Amino acid sequence: MSTVALNLRATWGRTYGRLVGSFREPTWLITDAILPNLGMLAFVMLYRALGAPRSFETLAVVGGLLATYWINVLWGMGAQFYWEKQSGQLQLYFVAPCSRMAILSGMALGGFLLTTARSAFGLFLGFVVVGVRVEPFSLPALLGVFALTMIALYALGMVMASLFLLWGREAYHLSNALYQPVQFLSGLYFPLKTLGPLGIVSAGLVPLGLGVDALRQVLLGAGAHALMPLRFEVALLVGLCAFFLWLARVALAHLESLAKREGRLTQRWQ
Amino acid sequence: MAPDDPLNPPAVEVRGLTRTFRAGPTFGGCPGGGEVSALGGVNVRIERGEIFGLLGPNGAGKTTLIKILTTLLFPTAGEARVAGYDVVRDANEVRKRIGLVSGGESSGYGILTVRECLWMFSQFYGVPGKVAGPRIDLLIETAGLSEQARTRINRLSTGQRQRMNFARGFVSDPDVVFLDEPTLGMDVNAARAMRQYVARWVRERPGRTVLLTTHYMREAEELCDRIAIIDHGHLLACDSFAGLRRLVESGQHVELEVRAADGGTPVLPSLAGVPIVWGAPHPERGTRALKFRLPPGGSLADVLRELEARGVRIEAIATRETSLEDVFVALVGRGLEESDEREDDGAGPVGAP
Repeated sequence: MSTVALNLRATWGRTYGRLVGSFREPTWLITDAILPNLGMLAFVMLYRALGAPRSFETLAVVGGLLATYWINVLWGMGAQFYWEKQSGQLQLYFVAPCSRMAILSGMALGGFLLTTARSAFGLFLGFVVVGVRVEPFSLPALLGVFALTMIALYALGMVMASLFLLWGREAYHLSNALYQPVQFLSGLYFPLKTLGPLGIVSAGLVPLGLGVDALRQVLLGAGAHALMPLRFEVALLVGLCAFFLWLARVALAHLESLAKREGRLTQRWQ
Repeated sequence: MAPDDPLNPPAVEVRGLTRTFRAGPTFGGCPGGGEVSALGGVNVRIERGEIFGLLGPNGAGKTTLIKILTTLLFPTAGEARVAGYDVVRDANEVRKRIGLVSGGESSGYGILTVRECLWMFSQFYGVPGKVAGPRIDLLIETAGLSEQARTRINRLSTGQRQRMNFARGFVSDPDVVFLDEPTLGMDVNAARAMRQYVARWVRERPGRTVLLTTHYMREAEELCDRIAIIDHGHLLACDSFAGLRRLVESGQHVELEVRAADGGTPVLPSLAGVPIVWGAPHPERGTRALKFRLPPGGSLADVLRELEARGVRIEAIATRETSLEDVFVALVGRGLEESDEREDDGAGPVGAP
């Protein structure tokens, strides 16, 4: 069997496990689909109450939808190796001949598909229930920017996951500490431009903010209050995709090697 | 060690394998408690087609050796090869050829069914669907989980989960299987079925190899072609069970149930020059156990005659050959359970992570 075929099977195996498992627990509808959207609705209501331009409501909905992916990357992707390690399962992944990237890709794909199913409820809330509006837009542009954002975001999740090969609870705290700052620096519920120079720094580091800003530009045009022209943001996103995928691969190999040297790959208690 | 045939390398070959761990935490850059040696220059060669047992108390280095052989841990020094491939340089080639089952491990996700979990792991080894399906069915049947095939893992009992873990180790039909305490938590019947499966698996697939660590001496006696005894990171002996017995040949073990004619217990430290040990009295029968080891060339008849001469009536006699446990005690200096209890009390050597 070729390496490519092996890794495709491994990716599908891990994706299937995540998809089937999650759909078997109907409580996710409440905890993962309904509750996270309440924050987004609060911002829509706030902008409406303040009489802000209608485009601000759309900004909040787009940000709220992407926030669900960020939560998934952070806890379902970045921290997943922590749970695997705690349950003693991580070693079973590491004695398998498939690439670690294949397993992480399976986690990413499964997580992405699940989150997309969940964010459908957010779309319904935003566009049907509270009635936010968008300008006429190009569907290929929307899908392209969305795909780039997701690749960059989940590749960042892979980088974070690699930290758990060496660290346990320490990396868990890092994930915890990143949640709110990244959400803030990504301007999920306001235009990234509002952050001024900090917004530019954020856009260069965190794919979430850049993706949100680019998606808003596709959907709202000038009403998006964009940080920089769309083509620059797309170019930056392509760069971040390549950088994070490369970094994930290097970090996984390096930290796996270090963890094996220090004997920390299979320690559960750290 | 025999020279390698490059076309037919041994299943496992270990030369001077050493592994040390940093002991204790570090504070403010200050080193902790130095280093702990988990393996101290181990040499072993396991031929293809063998079922090889590794016996030792907790912290002896068994799991460390298995972790190195399964590419989960780097050795500090020395060399280890599995199926002819170096475990550090050719780790991926090794992984294609091995399976691992650790006792008490938790594999799969609670929300998946037994069958789904086994299928998921088969995909990590690239097993095509047409092959994976029948193989998984057979493994589920062997593990006695046919009725639970579509049951979620989080609804299985501990023993059932352990049987599923066992099945998982064989789902890729590996060349070399590492079984680290595989029957831990299984009931007697399930453990027997697993042993039978392992024996059959090796018999029906020439060249397939099993490295087994176990706390159950009978399991090693029953299953293994050769057994190595390891303690404090050093191999103390490695041979077939018969060979190990010869190594510490200690004669025949005799256990008598006796009754003193006057109802009391005679004070006898030895009989016909053989040291004896008195067991606890049997309250209902009014008898008492008496144990001794008859040295090679010793006469059981002389011992029995002396007992009768002292007014002791013999109710029952049982003899047994030197067991693996006797060998273990002779080589390690303590019994397996005793060793584990000591380490549980924190009095034993520091175990490797």
